[in-house]
Formats: sequence, C-alpha cells, structure tokens
Amino acid sequence: MTMTNGRRWPEMSFWRLVFLVLVAAGSVATILRFTRGLGAATNLSDQFPWGLWIGFDVLTGVGLAAGGFTITAVVYIFNLKRFTPIIRPTVLTAFLGYLFVIFGLMYDLGQPHRIWHALVMWNPRSVMFEVAWCVMLYTTVLSLEFSPIVFERLNLERPRRIVRAISVPLVIVGVILSTLHQSSLGSLYLIVPEKLHPLWYSPLLPVFFFTSAIAAGLAMVIVESYLCQRAFKHHLAMDLLEPLGRAMVVVLSVYGILRLQDLARRGALAGLRWPDYEGTMFLLEIGLGVLLPILLLAIPRIRGTQPGLVTGAFLVVLGFVMNRLNVSVTGMERASGVSYFPSWMEFAISLALVAGGFAIFGLAVRYLPIFPQGIRAPREAEAPAWLVVPSTPAFAPGASPAVSQPGARGGTR
Amino acid sequence: MKGAILFDSTKCIGCEACVAACKEKNNLPAAIDPKLTAYTWTVVEPRNTAFIRRMCMHCETPTCVSVCPVQAFRKEPNGPVLYDASRCIGCRYCIMACPFGVPKYQWDRAVPIVQKCIMCPDRIAAGKAPACASVCPTGATTFGDRDQMIREARTRLAATPKKYVPQVYGVEEVGGTSVLILSSASFADLGLRTDLPRAPLPMLTWQVLSKIPDVVVVGGALLYGIWWITNRRTKVQEALAEEAAGKSESRQR
Repeated sequence: MTMTNGRRWPEMSFWRLVFLVLVAAGSVATILRFTRGLGAATNLSDQFPWGLWIGFDVLTGVGLAAGGFTITAVVYIFNLKRFTPIIRPTVLTAFLGYLFVIFGLMYDLGQPHRIWHALVMWNPRSVMFEVAWCVMLYTTVLSLEFSPIVFERLNLERPRRIVRAISVPLVIVGVILSTLHQSSLGSLYLIVPEKLHPLWYSPLLPVFFFTSAIAAGLAMVIVESYLCQRAFKHHLAMDLLEPLGRAMVVVLSVYGILRLQDLARRGALAGLRWPDYEGTMFLLEIGLGVLLPILLLAIPRIRGTQPGLVTGAFLVVLGFVMNRLNVSVTGMERASGVSYFPSWMEFAISLALVAGGFAIFGLAVRYLPIFPQGIRAPREAEAPAWLVVPSTPAFAPGASPAVSQPGARGGTR
Repeated sequence: MKGAILFDSTKCIGCEACVAACKEKNNLPAAIDPKLTAYTWTVVEPRNTAFIRRMCMHCETPTCVSVCPVQAFRKEPNGPVLYDASRCIGCRYCIMACPFGVPKYQWDRAVPIVQKCIMCPDRIAAGKAPACASVCPTGATTFGDRDQMIREARTRLAATPKKYVPQVYGVEEVGGTSVLILSSASFADLGLRTDLPRAPLPMLTWQVLSKIPDVVVVGGALLYGIWWITNRRTKVQEALAEEAAGKSESRQR
C-alpha cells in the first residue's frame, strides 16, 4: 500500500501527539467522571444542569452530522448523481457524528447503564423521548447506509445487493427521521420560555434548528473534504463542493431571514443591547456565522476559490456551534442566576471524543473504500477498491471528469 | 379528593418545624441546606419582612411529567407528583425544564438520582396531611381538598383584604398547582416567578410533537414522489440517449 508508507507519518506526527495528549486527558477525565460523579467532574449544578456535553456533544454533534441526510437526499431522492462521490465520506462523517453523540450522552447521563430504558419505558409526550428514538433509529439507518462500504471491502456481494435494493426507502426513512430529531433538538427548549433569553427563545426553534443543521451539514462536507485534502494529499473537488457553497447561501439566507423576522415580530430586537453579554454573543453568532458567510459565498469569485469556499464553510460551522452553545448555555445563564463555564474535564472528554472521531475517520479512509474510485467503478477496478484508493487521490481533478460524467450511475445504488 | 397545600406566608414565623418534619419523614440528612437540594426538599427562606416556603408545587399538568423520556414522574389523582428513581436515566431534563426549579440532583454521587418533595403520598393515602402541614404550629401550612383550599384562601383574602396581595398564587400559574400561596408582600419579592403563562408548559412541546405523524406521512409521500419524478426523468433521458445512439449506429452501418 502506497498510502501507509513512511512519507506521510512524519508530517502527521504533530497531530498524533495532539491526539495522544487529548486521549490521555480524556481518559483521566473519564475515570474521574465515572468514579466521582458529575458534580466532581463538571461545573454543572442544580441551577445549570445542562452544559457543554449537551450543548456541544449532543446539539452540535447531531447538527454537524446533518450532511448525511442532506447529501443522500440530493443523490438518491433528487437524483443529482454527480454528487455520488461525496456520499461515502459524508455518510461516514454522519455515522461517526452520531456515535460521538451517543458516547457523549453516556458521559452526560447520570445513569448511562439505563439508556435502554427509553426503549421500553415510553413517554410520547417527551421531546427527549422522541429524540432518543429518532437518534437510535437514524444511527441504525446510517450504519446500513455505511454497510455497503464494509461489504465491498469484505467482498460480500449478497448483503451488499440487499442494502442496495432498499437504498431509496432507507434514504427516505433517514431524511424523515433526521427532519424530526434535528428540529426536535430545538423543541427541547420550547418548554423553557421563562428561562431561555428572548434572543434565542422562539416558537420557531424547531424550524431554526432544522434549517441551520442543513447549512451546517453542507458546510461540514466542505470542511471534511478540506481536512482530507490536508491529511491525505487529495485535491478538493471544487466542481462538486462549489455548488454546495451556493446551496449554503440559499439555506443560510432563508435561516437568517426567518430568525430576524421572528425576532422583529416578537419585539426581541428591542431587547438587543450592545455590549451586554447576550447581545454580544448574538451579534457574533449572526454576524460571523450567518451574514459573513452569506456575503463570502454569494460572491462567485470568492466561492469559486478553495480558500474562499473553505473559509465560508468554516464560518458556517463556527456560527452553528455558537448558536447551539448560545441556546444551551449563553441564553440560559441569566435566568439560572449562575454563570457556567465547563470544567477541564468536560472539555477533555469532549475533545477526546472528537479526536477519537478523527482517528476512526482516518482509519476508515485507510482501510475502507471511502473515496471516489471505490464508489465509481468497483467492478472496473482490477485490484480491490481499497488498494486503488490510496494511489489515486480521490478528489483529484483527474478523477472528476469521470466522476461527473453525465449518466454515470452511482455504484452504491 | 385532590389534595393541596395552602401556605399562608403571613402566618409563617420561620420556625422550620416543617423542614425538620420533612427531613425526618423522608429519612434525609438532618443538616438543613439554605436552598433546595437533593437532601433538603423544603426550606423556609426569609425574604425582607416575610418567610416563604420552597417545595415542589405539584403542578396540575407538571412539566417534569411531560419532559421525562422514561416516565419517571407521574401525577397522582390525589395531588402528589411522584418520582420513580428506578426508571430515571439521569438526563436531567426535569431539572432543566421545571418552571419552579424544584427537582434537584445528587451531584455528589457517582450514580445519582433526582430528588424532590413528594407530598408524603402514604400519609395522604391514609387520610392524613403531609408531614410539614401536620407539624406547623401557626397554621401557615395547611392541607386539604384543592377546591376547598382555594375557597379558604379566597375567604381569607375577602376577610382581610388589606393584609394580602389580592391573588392566590398557584390557582392559574402554568395550569394550576397543588401548592397555593398567600402573601402580604408581592410574589415577586418572595422570589416566586410572576412571568409564568397560565397555560400548562407541556402544551408548548405537545403542539410540535403532535405533528410528528403528519410529518412522517406527508414527508414520506413527498420524498417518494420527488424520487419517482426524478428517477423517471433520468430513465427517460437514458432511454432517449440509447435510442439516439442506436440510430446513429445503424446509420453508420
């Protein structure tokens, strides 16, 4: 394998070091969390029971994995087959994202060993119950959507054909489940009108969470392609990613208009004060995370360049993270009467989980046919697909013409 | 009978007999925390000139019952909102959502549960008042049928209107509670929330949750329809392309 030979590792060693440090810190924090309890490991309290692990690990994690349902819908439902090459890395990201959420939840739940209770002890009136079921079902859908990659690697033709046969219904179920729980994460906060700051509380929270997740999911596809390019010396498939940038402008504009219109209608903008804490965070969130990327990505000369597109996507992700943390932390602080800042252990565990996600992504790319060659022409390739992947950069311009050839059918179908 | 506690702040002398009785009844550690905690289910807070008791309000349509994903909370027909620790997964949505900030967590334990006042359900079932009401020396905390307690509160308001703020707290707040409060100081001064809606909070989430079946059915049909159209279009285009290719081939021959 040309891919695993020595040349790349020395360059990656800095990140390996970072990875090891994060895993070490995360392990210490994990031991403390499960032996001493949430009170000792976190800065959470009765006044502030939900912190970084809910705001970042769960709310942000689920949202950033939204690329999974968006891109599968684009390719399978809207039949825009030219986006097929980004399906596999996107589904992988989404799958890892949901695993990240579930692992994060295991830290946050006071009694993680009882997580299965949600399966048998139903409360259909609870938003949390609905989120639990949707996340569980959608993770199953994602694992099925991901399974052909593993089957392909193991040369299991039969199961692969079965999954391919149900791919359209699977994608439809995935889109519906995602619509439900992406929005429901916002609905979680509908029940605290007296606690969440009016800059973020709105009856439209579910709509906001859903729309912003679509934008963030698309942005993550670009960010993840960019990181892969850095790590695996691929080239960015600008011909595929640039249209995503355009789609982000549309989705973000709809989102931005909805937010501002809603704020104006509820008279919440009158409560916007600069430089108070909430006002500053709100303006940063909307300015950096919505308005600036719309501006950048709306201009073809910026969107069409790699730095422009990647910057825009990073801003969207940043704005998304800020929004979720503003809803779950900033907006809840005033009513709680206390200020909350995560402990080092909360940070360590979240970062270690992110690092773990990156590591698994790297391993998956190395050992599974994630990138285009494996998808596009599994039958044409003489060697098993995973051997082909490393030698030909996935997002190379050379690979793109074949990829975007009209009428070419996706191999995962 | 639906039981309710009436707390008349003007009669409270801050002796904390109710707190001690609660501690004893529920086998809680004797040390009294200044605020509600997992180990102190009721407190008497001095506020300016008055005392106010803090405890679970036992809502008629409780937020905690609605938010709990595993139905660890339930509202009893005779008043109490109960908590079943054996179901709890520890998501703390109840703590986050309760408009009165009542459920508290055992933050000091590795495997914690939520704790709060449960209105002594065994005593109520036996026809007795909850421990706190049974020991109150001044009659500040009394217990009885909710409708009767509301009438009693209104009688007191009518008898000495100058003594009281002209409202019974808990009759309408978030759909009504099974703890009713009378006060001479404004409720806000006592630290009670006065910005709560009259409708039960669970309505806010149910409005959205009740639409899920619609989303599933309409969304499914819509997505399938879009796929049907786009897929058919692709197939037609492919067939046309093949036909065109076939014709040009036959012409070449």
